[in-house]
Amino acid sequence: MKAAVIVFPGSNCDRDLAVAFEKAGADVTMVWHKDTELPQGIDIVGIPGGFSFGDYLRCGAIAANSPICRSVVAHAEKGGYALGICNGFQILTETGLLPGALRRNANLKYICRPVGLRVETTDTIYTGGYDKGQEILIPIAHHDGNYYVDDAKLAELKGEERIAFTYLDNPNGSVADIAGVVSRNRRVLGMMPHPERMAEPEHGGTDGSAMFRNLMDMLATA
Amino acid sequence: MKARVHVMLKNGVLDPQGEAVRHALGSLGFDGVEGVRQGKVIELDLAEGTTEDTVKDMCEKLLANTVIESYTIDMG
Repeated sequence: MKAAVIVFPGSNCDRDLAVAFEKAGADVTMVWHKDTELPQGIDIVGIPGGFSFGDYLRCGAIAANSPICRSVVAHAEKGGYALGICNGFQILTETGLLPGALRRNANLKYICRPVGLRVETTDTIYTGGYDKGQEILIPIAHHDGNYYVDDAKLAELKGEERIAFTYLDNPNGSVADIAGVVSRNRRVLGMMPHPERMAEPEHGGTDGSAMFRNLMDMLATA
Repeated sequence: MKARVHVMLKNGVLDPQGEAVRHALGSLGFDGVEGVRQGKVIELDLAEGTTEDTVKDMCEKLLANTVIESYTIDMG
């Protein structure tokens, strides 16, 4: 499996994400935001957490219009895989690859703590290593994770089983407790919680590692 | 020439910052504040002849996220 991790000015989870991919056995290339092309033969693009461009204007808005993101959009539109975590999720919604938007947390506070999630679908390459309905513990660390979609889009997400994870105890006001969603072709996942921060025993838990292991299993043979 | 873009959360999208401001006004003794919505103003210094259509394009592509925000443009 070949993975690329995009690095924006202000990214701060890029190396954590690269380590999680590497531990699963992936060959990882870091890609700077000013590059215009992804490396050849990339299976999956990781868009890491952090505060790209200082969250100026809106979280993810400037990054979504950076040169590399045009290439990421083209990769996804050709059926490529992309995983956006935290700021990466915000960026993916800003590009339009994923529906909805992330608003300021309902309690206006930056929240940094492990939270319980429920796996809502196992029909994605990201969640296939979990059981449907399984409850896992993954940390969040965000100020703007309050997911919004309108009622029509929410019905569509539910109907197509595109809600990947929900919060057991909604920390941020997200519509329908949504913590992560996938694209219509199920190959692009955006989520606010950080599975890469719960992927080794030293992290205090390993509930995130099943995502990276399953990615490797599915993409190694692809 | 200048253009001024006002970006607001759409009606129906909860504005937690506006709500916090409303509560703060109430605790200062300002009664009768029934709602507060907080937005932003973006001033653009533009080359002469830039059209409103171009500014609208800027709003659609970057300045506003039309999933949750609406915008208005004042030219000149």
